[in-house]
Amino acid sequence: MNDIVRNIFRFVFFIMLQVYVLDNIPPLHRFIIPVIYFLFLLWLPFSISRFWLLMIGFLTGLAYDWYTVTPGMHAAACVLIAYFRPFIVNILIPKDTSEFNYSEPSAKAMGWAPYAVYVLILSVFHHGYILLLELLEVGNFLDFLIKVVSTTAISVLLIFTAEILFPRRLKYRTNTA
Amino acid sequence: MRNVFLFIRRYFTFISFVLLQVLALSMLFRYNKYQRAVFLGKANEITGYFNSHYDNVDDYFHLKEENLRVHKMNDSLLNLMQANFIMVDTSSHIITDSVRYDTTQMVRKYLAKEAKVVSNSTTGMKNYFQINRGAKQGIKDNMAVINSDGSVAGQVVGVSENFSQVMSLLNVHTTVSAMMKKSRNNGRIEWDGQSPLYLTLRNIPKSDAVIIGDTVLTGINSYNYPPGWIIGTVSDIVEDKSTNFYVLRVRPSANFQNLQQVFVIENLQREEQVALDKATQKKVDELNKRKQ
Repeated sequence: MNDIVRNIFRFVFFIMLQVYVLDNIPPLHRFIIPVIYFLFLLWLPFSISRFWLLMIGFLTGLAYDWYTVTPGMHAAACVLIAYFRPFIVNILIPKDTSEFNYSEPSAKAMGWAPYAVYVLILSVFHHGYILLLELLEVGNFLDFLIKVVSTTAISVLLIFTAEILFPRRLKYRTNTA
Repeated sequence: MRNVFLFIRRYFTFISFVLLQVLALSMLFRYNKYQRAVFLGKANEITGYFNSHYDNVDDYFHLKEENLRVHKMNDSLLNLMQANFIMVDTSSHIITDSVRYDTTQMVRKYLAKEAKVVSNSTTGMKNYFQINRGAKQGIKDNMAVINSDGSVAGQVVGVSENFSQVMSLLNVHTTVSAMMKKSRNNGRIEWDGQSPLYLTLRNIPKSDAVIIGDTVLTGINSYNYPPGWIIGTVSDIVEDKSTNFYVLRVRPSANFQNLQQVFVIENLQREEQVALDKATQKKVDELNKRKQ
């Protein structure tokens, strides 16, 4: 499948999953809010240019904002993680091209530990930023701290469940490509 | 000049990052009525389309509860019917008034329209739900929304052609004028953004003998909400020694997790009331100016 088609499909899938499944499950506790839609941004190919990554991040956030009636909130957080993604990838992946063989970030492409760090850092950025924006408007600081930890934990848990349950068939990049 | 271009080229990603952040944050914080209408107007039609398709399926999972609520509402209306009451005095009899229209001039103030909730949220701090009626069906901003069992659910804040966004009571920006059913004391309902199971009622004076289980209704001080609809029942009384007012925790009687069929209630005299309010304020301001 073409990369573009696959990613458009993923975009629709993740937004729908977030809006119609995760946002609709009965709340377990007020601190446990499952969020997974930004995994779309984490799974974008390595080769994508940094500018387009930012634009896609903005659109992804805005698409979800339409559903939650919070114009700009998720968009800001998605732009933030889209901006920091290349830096974190560069730190976690050795520059040696022999290790840079797969087209997308995944546990297989990066190794479990670097991938876990990658997911964890970007989840913390995403949730921390959104909850900070929420804190500026209303709320208290202790709630903010607990929510950052709990939503990040539940997101990372969901992402790894997804990773284990639905292994992606990843293209192996050859030198000719 | 060349250096400027070089600078822009070098930091192009960073500059676009900053610009996108500014754009997103200005959307979030400097968000006036007009921008909101544009944002919601376009988005509402798109999200509404998907939401109503999803809702078609989701409906089947709530039929039983919905049925029960409607049945109870019907029951309460049935008991109001004229046929339930009889004359016990045998010397009197019913006379049908020959004047066709009510000469005491009863004027309709509130008009209810039915609507269906197509999407709903209860997990955030600012919860909204979307209903499948919009400007084309005569929905306007600030109309009250009431659940099928007669309990208050929220207030319309954004309208597009065929859909509207409703700010649920579970929204930190919500304030509803409320009164105690027994004493008719007025207060206001808020939500602290924590548990979706409890609202907060303030401004009820301590002279009022509130007990747990008292009913809280919508108050008479609101232009948006019709008075006398149930909001919830008092579930906890928080002692606050520093004021003369209670802080009451109220258990809402609407179950916000499964709002399905709702009524949108329009105050037909709202514009007149608001205009009067503004005119009065203007006059007061002018008087104050003259005094100075």
